[in-house]
Amino acid sequence: MKNSLIRLENISKSFDDELILNHISLDVKKNDFVTLLGPSGCGKTTTLRIIGGFETPDDGQVYFNDKVITQKPPYKRNINTVFQKYALFPHYNVFDNIAFGLKIKKMHHSDIKKKVDWALNLVNLKNFENRNIHQMSGGQQQRIAIARAIVNEPEVLLLDEPLGALDLKLRKDMQYELKELQRELGITFIYVTHDQEEALTMSSTVVVMNDGVIQQAGSPEMIYNEPTNAFVADFIGESNIISGVMRKDCFVELFNHGFVCVDKGFGINEAVDVVIRPEDVILLKPEKDKLTGKVTDCIFKGVHYETYVEAGGKEWMIHNTKSHIIGSDVSIDIAPENIHIMKKR
Amino acid sequence: MLRKWLATPYILWAIIFTIIPLAMILIYGVTIDDGGIRFSLENIMKAFDPIYFKALLRSIYYALISTIICLIIAYPLALILTEKRNAKVTVIFIFVLPMWMNFLLRTYAWLTILETNNGFLNTVLRFLHLPTIQIIGTPNAIILGMVYNFLPFMILPIYNVLSKIDPYVLEAAFDLGASKLTRFVKVILPLSIPGVISGITMVFMPAITTFVIPKLLGSGKINLIGNLIEQQFVQSYNWYFGASLSLVLMVIILISMGILNRVDPSREGGAL
Repeated sequence: MKNSLIRLENISKSFDDELILNHISLDVKKNDFVTLLGPSGCGKTTTLRIIGGFETPDDGQVYFNDKVITQKPPYKRNINTVFQKYALFPHYNVFDNIAFGLKIKKMHHSDIKKKVDWALNLVNLKNFENRNIHQMSGGQQQRIAIARAIVNEPEVLLLDEPLGALDLKLRKDMQYELKELQRELGITFIYVTHDQEEALTMSSTVVVMNDGVIQQAGSPEMIYNEPTNAFVADFIGESNIISGVMRKDCFVELFNHGFVCVDKGFGINEAVDVVIRPEDVILLKPEKDKLTGKVTDCIFKGVHYETYVEAGGKEWMIHNTKSHIIGSDVSIDIAPENIHIMKKR
Repeated sequence: MLRKWLATPYILWAIIFTIIPLAMILIYGVTIDDGGIRFSLENIMKAFDPIYFKALLRSIYYALISTIICLIIAYPLALILTEKRNAKVTVIFIFVLPMWMNFLLRTYAWLTILETNNGFLNTVLRFLHLPTIQIIGTPNAIILGMVYNFLPFMILPIYNVLSKIDPYVLEAAFDLGASKLTRFVKVILPLSIPGVISGITMVFMPAITTFVIPKLLGSGKINLIGNLIEQQFVQSYNWYFGASLSLVLMVIILISMGILNRVDPSREGGAL
């Protein structure tokens, strides 16, 4: 536990008798870019607010550099937040917004000027210091909010769906910029989003949450390729989730057809959930002994075709580069390493 | 076209009930009737005679004191209202409910409470063998009446503005290192100025013009400018001089509003 900067230990929190966080534990390492990902109401924002000090957990402790900070108010934590709706001070101009924290620290005027310039430069808003907040676009306001937080040189920056209100193009640009910023500054980022693509693109660690519980935490590749349960598989990217039975090690049965896989250690004849990503399904001409079905739909998506096949009583989603005639028969094949077996929950 | 027609009732309303009366006051104010009606600034000059001018200064003074007291009471109350959701209903009830009663009735109620001989307060004090107090007929009674009657007009606009402050902006202040006090001084107070200004306007204006409160609670011993204007209209039947006094008062109010609006360039007050 030496190099963990923030540690949550058994955190629980309820609002009006509704359990929002159910005994959550989490380690955040220095310089990490951690994303809390989940559907709305999963407890990700509450987790962030507990780290920021805006909520106190009912149970459990928050550690910062191995010291308990559970009861410390936000203004005594070396953590800054970028709020979802920017939350800029409407009565101050850009300069005074960014200088707010520095002025409270009673920093010398010339130092404040230097630091504000540095922060504005960092978010590409040079020479905007005298602008009124109301004159700025959503994207610019968001940059000011980021500048206002990082100018205080926090050890941890919390970001609560900071790009949620921006349009798609701007969001993509900002994702890239935030990632760059994090690398450049070496500040630990804890980022909340419900957008799985955003989470995979930006983070070094993704924490998938649902119903107040952490479902899985790991690198984006690990979360995508080795989801621990059906929820994670379903939430991260597109997937076909199928009930199957392990007949023996490395052999699973789906819809009465045997498939070779690479997973071991399950019980003989144990019922399992199987995840198959749409891009991993290979469509062949109809063959005997293979799982066969009918094409029900085929939609052109630009880079690929999204094909739907009804096979074994289930609708499969398949991404490939060939178009298929609706109503034609196809067989399904899957490479052993692309079959992901998970324990049933 | 339709939109133009829809505006007609409001324009008519404004002409009949605002513009014509104002024009009449202006005309009465700058004319005199000595056999024939003619233009003269005589009455306007007379309004600055010490006897009237003192009443005017007294009115400004009492209205100022009442406004300040209202502000001191209303601001913390409005803050509590915004912070504690469950206190909201109770406090609004306590302060807004009396407004549903007639203004005169409320002032008469204070008269019965405070009367020197048979008043409720002094009866209780006498029963407890405590010294009685003489407050009716003093400036204190008038100021008490003003504060009591106009306090809601201070609370509501301030509460309105405070409750519109984005809670995340307040959290952001905490997040950036502001303590509760710093946050109040640097964020809450500046953001509430528009509400304070409309509160001041809405208390100061009725307070400076009232004639009922000094008449009842001041026992008619203390004349404010409103009483003098009333007397010109209903006792002396000198509408010309009454109108002149009104004009002078109006100009003073306009000037003070102008000064206030300078403090609030955004004009986001919007009161009730």
